[in-house]
Amino acid sequence: MNPNLNLWLIPVLPLAGAAINGFLGKKSSRQAVSTVALVFSGAAFAMALWVAARFSSLSLPYQEFVAHWIRIVGFRADFAFYLDQLSLVMLLVVTGVGFLIHIYSVGYMWDDPSYYRFFSYLNLFMFFMLTLVLANNYLVMFIGWEGVGLASYLLIGFWFTKDSAASAGKKAFIVNRIGDFGFLIALFLLIKHFGSLNFDQVFQSISPLGAETAGAGVLTAIGILLMVGAAGKSAQIPLYIWLPDAMEGPTPVSALIHAATMVTAGVYMVSRSHVIFERAPTALAVVAIIGTLTAFFAATIGIAQTDIKKVLAYSTVSQLGYMFMACGVGAFSAGNFHLMTHAFFKGLLFLGAGSVIHAVGGEQDMRKMGGLRSYIPWTFLTMGVATLAISGIPPFAGFWSKDEILWKAYQVSWVYWGIGVFTAFLTSFYMFRLFYMTFFGDYRGASAAAHDSHASETHGHGEPHESPMVMLVPLMILALLSLVGGLVGIGNNFEHFLAPVFGTTEAVETASHGTEMLLMGVSVVLAALGWILAYVLYCSRPDLPQKIADSLGGFYQALVHKYYIDELYAALFVRPLIEGSTRILWQDVDRKIIDAAVNDSGDGARQVSDEVRRMQSGNIRSYAGWIAAGSAAVIAFMIWMGVR
Amino acid sequence: MVPSYIPLSYYLLLSGFLFACGVVGFLIKRNIITIFMSIELMLNGVNLSFVAFAAHWHALAGQVFVFFVMVVAAAEATVGLAIIIAVYRTRETLNVDQVNLLKL
Repeated sequence: MNPNLNLWLIPVLPLAGAAINGFLGKKSSRQAVSTVALVFSGAAFAMALWVAARFSSLSLPYQEFVAHWIRIVGFRADFAFYLDQLSLVMLLVVTGVGFLIHIYSVGYMWDDPSYYRFFSYLNLFMFFMLTLVLANNYLVMFIGWEGVGLASYLLIGFWFTKDSAASAGKKAFIVNRIGDFGFLIALFLLIKHFGSLNFDQVFQSISPLGAETAGAGVLTAIGILLMVGAAGKSAQIPLYIWLPDAMEGPTPVSALIHAATMVTAGVYMVSRSHVIFERAPTALAVVAIIGTLTAFFAATIGIAQTDIKKVLAYSTVSQLGYMFMACGVGAFSAGNFHLMTHAFFKGLLFLGAGSVIHAVGGEQDMRKMGGLRSYIPWTFLTMGVATLAISGIPPFAGFWSKDEILWKAYQVSWVYWGIGVFTAFLTSFYMFRLFYMTFFGDYRGASAAAHDSHASETHGHGEPHESPMVMLVPLMILALLSLVGGLVGIGNNFEHFLAPVFGTTEAVETASHGTEMLLMGVSVVLAALGWILAYVLYCSRPDLPQKIADSLGGFYQALVHKYYIDELYAALFVRPLIEGSTRILWQDVDRKIIDAAVNDSGDGARQVSDEVRRMQSGNIRSYAGWIAAGSAAVIAFMIWMGVR
Repeated sequence: MVPSYIPLSYYLLLSGFLFACGVVGFLIKRNIITIFMSIELMLNGVNLSFVAFAAHWHALAGQVFVFFVMVVAAAEATVGLAIIIAVYRTRETLNVDQVNLLKL
């Protein structure tokens, strides 16, 4: 029998913080607001640690019932929580990275007039994300799922007076609706065929079923629809377009929501539903193909971007693709391993980018940076660690998780591996490109003197300057995690830890240990090649990239414009929708039918009245005449009825 | 006294005739006093039918009702004549076609 852990407190604590800051924050001081935000998110983290400490003594999965929700004949869903190895990993990542980013935001957002609003939203996000992670049925998960979408919308559009931020928020929300639609239909199918949304019951009734063969079945449909939902939330092809635009939000938001936690919700959901996917090979193949393609395409786009946050955004899309590739080849634990390490190093990269942007006074264009390593040494060092980690250089965290994925992918098909390892090369290249463009060479920003003359009006930015300690400490902690975070994967420890959830998949090792080492060597060599190429192009011979870009011509332009996907969607979906709404729905249906019906009935009433009002002549005898005529009509009617 | 027996329909025909005269008078006359008299004619036409039915059915209620009508008609005549005098004093006419201020 399990002790009562009061798991419900973990999500509710940040909710309380959000409420306090949301209702009272406007009149409180910044110190008070940040204290509330940090105490409540920190308490959630502390409690997650406490749960982790007691974890080994629990009989798993630990379930906790909180309140009734829906109870009708044949279906019930309660507010209840579910804790197993998978949710524990997510729990620690979300609360841990989330808490660090809260600390960082204290420094980053200090000068913002809507300080309290930011922290209220950030805590609200934590509440929904933890609900998503800890849910014990798909419906509670869906609350969290929609809630993080809401928080994401609010935070992307945080600077809503800026037009681009407002529309980026809308874009994220609307694109996510498409994915959520798929998710919702999958839930309806689950209710229809299995009569429940509880993880336990659903998986119990699915487990005895055999794998569906090439022909589609219910599980395949559910799997693909779940993947549609995951593609929306986790920014996969074809719904990834919202994530790069989401960079309009404050940088800590990009780090927390659009790199470390929310966008991984799709991976978590697919992993949680592994019982379904394992029995639907077609759906699983769809996951793998989408993941692989996304990883590759996003990486190629990342090469040509010049906005530091856009590079990281495409990198995130690409890394999420890796995670889906892992899930798609059935290596769920490898996918979640990468999810965890990615949360560390990508969170760090975004926070580092925020520190860089902070240092140069709000500039995001890498072409106007350069040579920053002497100005902001701590940011330089920590970002260096993160860059090494994401590029897959051993022994940093990304190497272990990415290699695990590539190894598992190779066992299913060498095509996945090939594309994956080439993407790793691209990753290494664009990350070191970012690194060299930002930190090496000469400072290409506005000259220091010019800065000084504006110093009093702007934020007091003279020379690029290092961020305050409150921002640097989270960077250092994350750098440490990026350095050692991968070590938990040595000897398949991480996989063994998650084995009770996913089952043991390592029984079938189709390739030998030697092959694994060879493949590992190949990916490290390619990563190193990407590093060297970036060094040559962006450090030692900075004139070369322009020449290469010129010689590539159209292809380069396509990369810069992200393959014109936004334009394509605009032409295919957005413009027909606007045109259709304008011409047919507004000008035809609304104005010619609905408005016309209202106006015509009004006009008709007036015209009839114009005629009828002649009856009211003011002439007593005509009134008497009408009375007489009316009486005569009534009598006639009665006689007629009587005769009948 | 030889009980003279007059059929009910005779009374009703006379009653209807009186009522019709009242209606026609009401509709075609312009002088308010004439119109007023037409109303009285209609009332009495109705009274006649009440009494006739009362006699025919040997029921007293119809006769009682006639008394009510006569009382109300007397009261109405008082008020009506007062109104007519008031109208004449302000408008100096008794032609209803010229008393049409009710019209919008």
